[in-house]
Amino acid sequence: MAELHVELVAADRQVWSGEASLVVARTSSGDIGVMPGHQPLLGVLQSGPVTIRTTGESGDGTVVAAVHGGFISFADNKLSLLAEIAELSDEIDVQRAERALERAKSEADAAAERRADVRLRAVAGVH
Amino acid sequence: MGATLRVYKRRIRSVSATKKITRAMEMIAASRVVKAQRQVAASTPYAGELTRAVTAVATGSNTQHPLTTEAEKPTRAALLLITSDRGLAGAYSSNVIKAADQLTARLKAEGKEVDAYIVGRKGVSYYSFRERKVVESWTGFTDNPTYADAKRIAAPLIEAVQKDTADGGVDELHIVFTEFISMMTQTAVDDRLLPLSLDTAEGAESGGKATGEILPLFDFEPSAEDVLDALLPRYVESRIYNALLQAAASKHAATRRAMKSATDNAEELIKSLSRLANAARQAEITQEISEIVGGSAALADATAGSD
Repeated sequence: MAELHVELVAADRQVWSGEASLVVARTSSGDIGVMPGHQPLLGVLQSGPVTIRTTGESGDGTVVAAVHGGFISFADNKLSLLAEIAELSDEIDVQRAERALERAKSEADAAAERRADVRLRAVAGVH
Repeated sequence: MGATLRVYKRRIRSVSATKKITRAMEMIAASRVVKAQRQVAASTPYAGELTRAVTAVATGSNTQHPLTTEAEKPTRAALLLITSDRGLAGAYSSNVIKAADQLTARLKAEGKEVDAYIVGRKGVSYYSFRERKVVESWTGFTDNPTYADAKRIAAPLIEAVQKDTADGGVDELHIVFTEFISMMTQTAVDDRLLPLSLDTAEGAESGGKATGEILPLFDFEPSAEDVLDALLPRYVESRIYNALLQAAASKHAATRRAMKSATDNAEELIKSLSRLANAARQAEITQEISEIVGGSAALADATAGSD
């Protein structure tokens, strides 16, 4: 099965890299799914969960990451997801995110609420 | 103990205390250089990918964007100078400040006003001592910069670039920082971030990855303008972040070198002081012997005389 190489990088580190068969991310004009052989693409990401269906050497499975802003770029079967902040779902501290969500709600801080919400959704794997 | 010998002993003690301190600072700086270098390396994938993306949009579309087009007659330029908060790093801060001064002179010769933005207490005090105007300054994080710091610095700069020159905006954005080449070599460099010139975007940080590579025709989502709008501020932030990290690594390397030579000097000083102390002790002993010999001779003469 065809596969594409994925690099998920945050500003200060490389978060994940490996082979995948499908990547679903949220751009500013809606969700986009990229499979091997997609046409070259450069898009603006919205904060939201990114789902990567891994295959090949990385093993069959799903990796979900919370991505806050950034870009998706795909060319030559190589997909890069650039984000200022990106966390894999198993790195996210659920309790902390829940606390942050409540605090953001009570302070009516929309940006913080969205950040916390994205983290929680990434953990739950809901798209 | 004689007075001179005591003075020498005291000086040796104080120099060895200083040596211990400088040695400790040298080791701390050495470990921080390694950490800072690791951070530079960790930020490279993001910077490289971002540079690739910027190059792709800039070459793959004929979008005109205020951040990429050169003003016909640039009248004002912003200069971001990255220095350190603390001294004890040899000529580190003065070198980078000198480079900034040269750039300022060059820009002024081209007929542009220069707005100074400064990172680090050393630069701020240099400018305030000379009563030069500083638009904005940041201090307190130069040893260990984070991406959030870079964002904070980039925000007013990007705003200034996007504003009309007549309303106090700037046409160009230059950055002066110390590039970390190796443990032994760090040089102050100046770089024009904006307007973007494509060859610098290709060469910088990507490790030459983009050179000679033919970029495919991209499909832009939602549109080339929007992508560029979102991309360029991130590009500026990431370049500033990279500059901050390199400056921090350079600062630690410069501190390490300065402290190493201070330790070496202290060692040298201890050596020559202990030679002097030895000579003083020897002189004291010689004097005591001659006193005893003289005394006993006088005593012998006296007893011989009384017989």
